[in-house]
Amino acid sequence: MFDHLKIIIHQGKQYIPDVTTAVVPGIFRGRPVISSEISDWKALAEICPTGAITSAPVSIDLGRCLFCGECAFLFPDRIRFTTDYKLACNVREDLIILSGEDKPVELRPEFIRKEISGLYGRSLKLRQVSAGGDNSCELELNACGNVNFDMGRFGIEFVASPRHADGIVITGPVTENMAGPLQICYDAVPEPRLIILAGTDAISGGIFDGAPALNRSFLSKYQIDLYVPGNPVHPLTFINGVLELIKKRKKND
Amino acid sequence: MNAISLNNNERIVFSSIPVLSYDQFMEQNLVLLENDSCHCISYFGFHFDGKIRLVCCIADDTQNSILVSSAVTLKDECLPSFTAHQQAFHAFEREISENMGIGYTDHPWLKPVRYPANRADRKLVIGNYPFYSIDSDELHEVGVGPVHAGVIEPGHFRFICNGEQILHLEIQLGYQHRGIESLFLEKKNLLQKVILAESIAGDTVAGHTTAFVNLWESLCNYKAGKDLQSDRTIALEIERIAVHTGDLAALSNDIAYQPGSAVFGRLRTPLINHFQLWCGNRLAKGLIRPAGTHFPYTGQLADQFLRMLESWEPDFNEMWNVFHKLPGVMGRLEKTGILSNEQVRQIGAVGITARSCNLGRDIRSSHPHDYYSQINHQSVMKRHGDVYSRAQIRREEIRQSLGYLRQLVNDLPVREPYKLLQLQPEPGSFAISLVESWRGEICHCAVTDKNGELMIYKVKDPSFHNWMALALAVRNNEISDFPVCNKSFNLSYCGHDL
Repeated sequence: MFDHLKIIIHQGKQYIPDVTTAVVPGIFRGRPVISSEISDWKALAEICPTGAITSAPVSIDLGRCLFCGECAFLFPDRIRFTTDYKLACNVREDLIILSGEDKPVELRPEFIRKEISGLYGRSLKLRQVSAGGDNSCELELNACGNVNFDMGRFGIEFVASPRHADGIVITGPVTENMAGPLQICYDAVPEPRLIILAGTDAISGGIFDGAPALNRSFLSKYQIDLYVPGNPVHPLTFINGVLELIKKRKKND
Repeated sequence: MNAISLNNNERIVFSSIPVLSYDQFMEQNLVLLENDSCHCISYFGFHFDGKIRLVCCIADDTQNSILVSSAVTLKDECLPSFTAHQQAFHAFEREISENMGIGYTDHPWLKPVRYPANRADRKLVIGNYPFYSIDSDELHEVGVGPVHAGVIEPGHFRFICNGEQILHLEIQLGYQHRGIESLFLEKKNLLQKVILAESIAGDTVAGHTTAFVNLWESLCNYKAGKDLQSDRTIALEIERIAVHTGDLAALSNDIAYQPGSAVFGRLRTPLINHFQLWCGNRLAKGLIRPAGTHFPYTGQLADQFLRMLESWEPDFNEMWNVFHKLPGVMGRLEKTGILSNEQVRQIGAVGITARSCNLGRDIRSSHPHDYYSQINHQSVMKRHGDVYSRAQIRREEIRQSLGYLRQLVNDLPVREPYKLLQLQPEPGSFAISLVESWRGEICHCAVTDKNGELMIYKVKDPSFHNWMALALAVRNNEISDFPVCNKSFNLSYCGHDL
């Protein structure tokens, strides 16, 4: 017992006091800022491995971006990845960052389902389904619950059964072989139920977009409540996105 | 002996691989495997000149060489199997059968591997797989997955139990199949290929990406400088320590030992954050690139790393010293999930799984690449083959890798200027790249056509061998010990399913 007390004293406080204002250490490729002066957009579009960059006006789609940063290496004075990790939103188009823009990515309250804040504002239980995910987003979602990020303090947790869940979090590009189990898992969640897409692979298919081994038909059937980009998603991106989702629209709004 | 001998990361002309009759091919490779120092690192088939070419690669650990031979066959052919004589080939032959439509006369269990999109028989569907069952009033079955209780990847486990005791476990995978090997051929841009390599298994980004870039550079006759080799070795060793630490947290969690789960879990954070300091990504995506790098490892990073270790190591040691002395912990880990040396030899296990049963499979010493040839690595070995042996190996490998890292970051080589060369592979070539990732041996191998384009790209994660080890280890254990057994191997679903 004394050994354990010693460990507790030596470990001290490990949690991040405020996850909404925490600063990520070192370099981090978060929300990009694109200069409006780009002329050679063709070279830019060609280098992007997933076709996330388009012209007229030049933009980067964070739903397709793998955050490899190659575009910023090609045009270091025109494209800059900031350390802003708040990338989640609830309207797919809002993930497209236009050139000349430098404003935060946010959820639009009018599109958040009315019942969410009342039902889940203080307790949200989620069932995670990996559907072809490479285990990077899964590791980061697990990290959300560790003693550093401690997502549990907000009542947000991953649960073992879809029966106990209020929604599902999908990672991976959704493979043909997981399409059936994903549907079964979703159907087992009681209504009302949320769908959160975590990671670029889930949002657009990422590098696997169009591959014959995928079957993304599930995603076109339902409203998506939250898009969380990243490769993988950073725990702070996920936690802040979910917090906005459950807090931003007030109960009687 | 009619096989060509090559080294890890050595390019050869594809046509120099001897083509034998199937009987000769089979006999030769079976004889090779009788030698304890030899094991099969890759065996695959692909369409070549309107026929099917089978290529078998056997690594000889004492000679530091790889022996490659081949044979020609046709679709719908029915062949005698290697597996009937050497079980280590079982997964390779199942894969060949599933992909190429070849039958085997005497394969003991031609069970589908992963139901790939390009499988020979499209009528087979993963949801209809007939699991092995026993008709009995006393026994019951437990089905788990593909969606598991935790935040982990999908796979189906079907247990046959006698009360609490597991008699048999069958594992069916394939849910994660994304078609990585085909995409390597379809994606023409080199950056896309590197990103594919980074996506094979997100917990082994440094391992698989190093295997890819080393293979690509070999095919292009390019030799990475000392600085790049040092970077890659540092990345591999940080990845090893980070995942091993996380595994100790997960083992603690599975036996409901909260202090271990919390402390080992939080000790993983500064390690992966070091990757973020280095390359802007906690799992090292974007770090490793062929023939160059955007992120040279600097003296400043070395200082930050060494400073972090000053508090990290005492914290880790303090936790481990309590962990491994607690009867409540030891009671769950010792003599749980035992594998014998004979079993791991038979199934061709690699990595931690093999080393926990005193079978010295370790690419860092047998086929060294990058900086390992200068390290003179001695593998950490255990004899008992239980969950505790696999935990101990993690602890000791962490200590060993910290030593290597101190050596590497204190002696960073002079950097050469790079601007990420776009190299083109030599036409008609063949090469193999082996990497010892934290989990075990990764093997990538490729053949190029007459234009230097990839004709076949094969990826083998250590999990491909080791899933069978889990199925064997849980026999006669209580089903409640399954999670801790599973975690002690920590195998990859996506690395297996590709």
